[in-house]
Amino acid sequence: MTIHEAPHVCPQQALTLKDFKSSVEPIWCSGCGDFGVLQALQRALAELGRPPHEVVVVSGIGCSSRLPAYTTAYGFHGVHGRALPVATGLKLARPDLEVITVGGDGDGYSIGGNHFLHACRRNVDITYIVMDNRVYGMTKGQPSPTTEADWDSDAAPGGTGVKPFSPLAIALAAGANFVARGFALDVKPLAAVIAEAVRHPGFSFVEVLSPCITFRPEEMEWKKTIERNAVTATTDRTEATAKVLGANEMTTGIFFKGDRGAYASAPTGHGDAEKIAEKFVVGA
Amino acid sequence: MSTTRKSVSIVIAGSGGTGAITAGSTLLAAAARDGHYGLMTKLSGAQVRGGEAAALIEIGRSGIDGPIEAQPDRFDALIALDWENIQRFAPEIPLDGDSVVLSDPKAGPVPAVIAATGARILEVAFGALAGSVEGGRINMVGFGVAARLAGLDETAIEAAIRAQIGAKGEKAVAASLAAAKVGAEALAALGVSMALSPGEKKARWMCSGNDAVGLGALRGGIEFVAAYPITPATEITEWLAVEMQEHGGRVVLAEDEIAAINMCCGAAYAGVPTMTITSGPGLALKVETLGLAIAAELPMVVVDVMRVGPSTGIPTKSDQGDLDIALHGTPGDAPRVVLAPISIADCAATTERAVHVAEALQTPVMLLSDQSLGQTQTIIDIPRTRPAPLKRLVEPAVTGPDFRRYALTESGVSPMPAPGNPGTQWVADGLSHKESGHPSNAAVDHIAQMKKRLRKLETFDWGDTWGEVHGPADATLALIAFGSTVGPAAEAARRLTEAGTPTRVVALRLIAPLQKNRLAEALAGTARVVVVEQNASGQLFRHLLGERALGPGAESFARPGPAPFRAAEIVAHLTAETREAAE
Repeated sequence: MTIHEAPHVCPQQALTLKDFKSSVEPIWCSGCGDFGVLQALQRALAELGRPPHEVVVVSGIGCSSRLPAYTTAYGFHGVHGRALPVATGLKLARPDLEVITVGGDGDGYSIGGNHFLHACRRNVDITYIVMDNRVYGMTKGQPSPTTEADWDSDAAPGGTGVKPFSPLAIALAAGANFVARGFALDVKPLAAVIAEAVRHPGFSFVEVLSPCITFRPEEMEWKKTIERNAVTATTDRTEATAKVLGANEMTTGIFFKGDRGAYASAPTGHGDAEKIAEKFVVGA
Repeated sequence: MSTTRKSVSIVIAGSGGTGAITAGSTLLAAAARDGHYGLMTKLSGAQVRGGEAAALIEIGRSGIDGPIEAQPDRFDALIALDWENIQRFAPEIPLDGDSVVLSDPKAGPVPAVIAATGARILEVAFGALAGSVEGGRINMVGFGVAARLAGLDETAIEAAIRAQIGAKGEKAVAASLAAAKVGAEALAALGVSMALSPGEKKARWMCSGNDAVGLGALRGGIEFVAAYPITPATEITEWLAVEMQEHGGRVVLAEDEIAAINMCCGAAYAGVPTMTITSGPGLALKVETLGLAIAAELPMVVVDVMRVGPSTGIPTKSDQGDLDIALHGTPGDAPRVVLAPISIADCAATTERAVHVAEALQTPVMLLSDQSLGQTQTIIDIPRTRPAPLKRLVEPAVTGPDFRRYALTESGVSPMPAPGNPGTQWVADGLSHKESGHPSNAAVDHIAQMKKRLRKLETFDWGDTWGEVHGPADATLALIAFGSTVGPAAEAARRLTEAGTPTRVVALRLIAPLQKNRLAEALAGTARVVVVEQNASGQLFRHLLGERALGPGAESFARPGPAPFRAAEIVAHLTAETREAAE
């Protein structure tokens, strides 16, 4: 068996959520929205039917980025903000694998913001799930790019005064091929959206509102303010953008399903390097 | 002037668009076909395109002396196609009373900075001669002058023109041949000759160090490259992007330097040999991820073609100031491999070795090249030795719940199965971890894994990777050098030996982990040890002192770029020091 040609083992029986559940205990606070996202992802993976060893879950740094160890899939927990380039390299090197990227709003929109833009633009066939709690949780409560301008914190007393941006609108402008928003506590519908995102070719982006009950206890109210599945998917990027910008920011559902061709994977096979070496030869 | 010479050094200079570099490349190509070695340094202004340019060439020395690996101390001839902005290059073109300057009086008077060198001034009407040939260009007249000056064979001249210009069509070739001919005739009429001794016609390589790094990468098995453009390293990326279309594999242009090395992390984890390519400022951006790759034990080659720094510095000039960051630049304590090719020829083999070592040890390997190695064009012997291939350990001892990605083995290397294999799922993590790979804050786990990573480098059989020694067995003086400094140091050692001070050069290839025993053997018997390097603070010298690899009297001769080291400068430094020591 070579490292390139791992056997594609079809599951003997249908996979369940449990097949993707690892023995590692999450470090998350009790009540964290990320538990719901983990469960939705495990459910989606079971539904998709690829066994855990054919899936790689990639993340950066932050509370939500601890997720890979909590699944039984292969995983990569890298440095802060760089999950998308890791996932890009992985998928281009091994197109046979299912590559899921996860992380938080600080990781993906702030320190990793440039990679977010270029992952949307490049359109490699990976799925990116952002658990957006509008706060840096692991460092104990600083404002992120999606935090309200007037949210008071020790790091920015009285608020940053800076308007949060819309990750969905940015994803659409940058070329993402699938754009959706979900809610962490709606596990079943979220699982369905994630499964659809994974199936959709190209770069699929799922923004998940995932409350941080420790540093943003007011986010516990989200379950009342969420507007569930109040949108229908369009294949028109302009229309989708108008919907994203016009809709309530608590609206969940699939906004956009594009038809861009995914970035081509690397040509495989080895030529003979010695033929290339002959190009250096002179005076023969 | 009937005697022939071992080598001749010629500069062809001109303003933007005159094609001085093309003329220089053609001269090098003709010399190669006539059986000579050669070396060409390209100088250009800061302009992105156009602006003045000069090709600094030395050709000859076929026979026992071997390839030319350092810029000459002085130039025999300057072929000035015009005089625009020559002031900017003058300090890099040493001329003297034995030099000749060939220039067109129509291009204006010889600038004072050139006239002051005492060089003999001769007139060649480049413009008029080019005008006398249909489609003739003055650079090819200049080429003809240079080729005749060096006494190159006419078939070699024609073959070189065909190789360099052929793509532009037969008409262009005919015009170039005719222009070269009128140039050669004009030179003959002046009665000057610096004809080379007959060359030894055989197959050689004509390439730059950057090309050779690309070839070494393919030979080593690199299949995935991610990089961001940066001078003077971009040519490697471009070379690979073109060649991989034929060979297989992929170059991805990343959105930034950090993305590039992280893409490599992903590819490495996926089971594919991978490389990223940069220069100092890019390496600075990559070091956080370098630490991740060391901690998570991910194989990759990180190429740094060093340039003058700090910050943007002088992107087109050579320096060896990134050694510190290559050795130490990461958060925390991260043992790593630093390899530096010792010549342009060695760029191929050392890159190939770097890929093997990275794969075998599951760790990043820093490959420190420099602008001088990277962008200098040479004619060299075809390297005949290649490193023995090594592969990544992928077969797990056990699968299932007992599989431990970071098992504490004797060698420090543990199996690294790629995704797709059932029963060996593991998570690559920058967090301190247990043998299983699961995060752990426990001191016992952290220390065991740190020792494992150190052990890998300590127990590995490095063979002869450590370096090379050249020079007499009875040497009393040893020069330690790395990268492009080896060439001029070796030439200085030859001269010192001839002058009565037997001198050897110790070319260090494996800078970390340092093979102290091999270095000690190489220095044995010498009374004086001098570390020669092209940076301001003596980074290699400090590294060797820190490793306690030098005796108490060891000396440092460190000076920064952008000026290239020339053998004469090293000899002068050493003899001056000797005088001082004697007084």
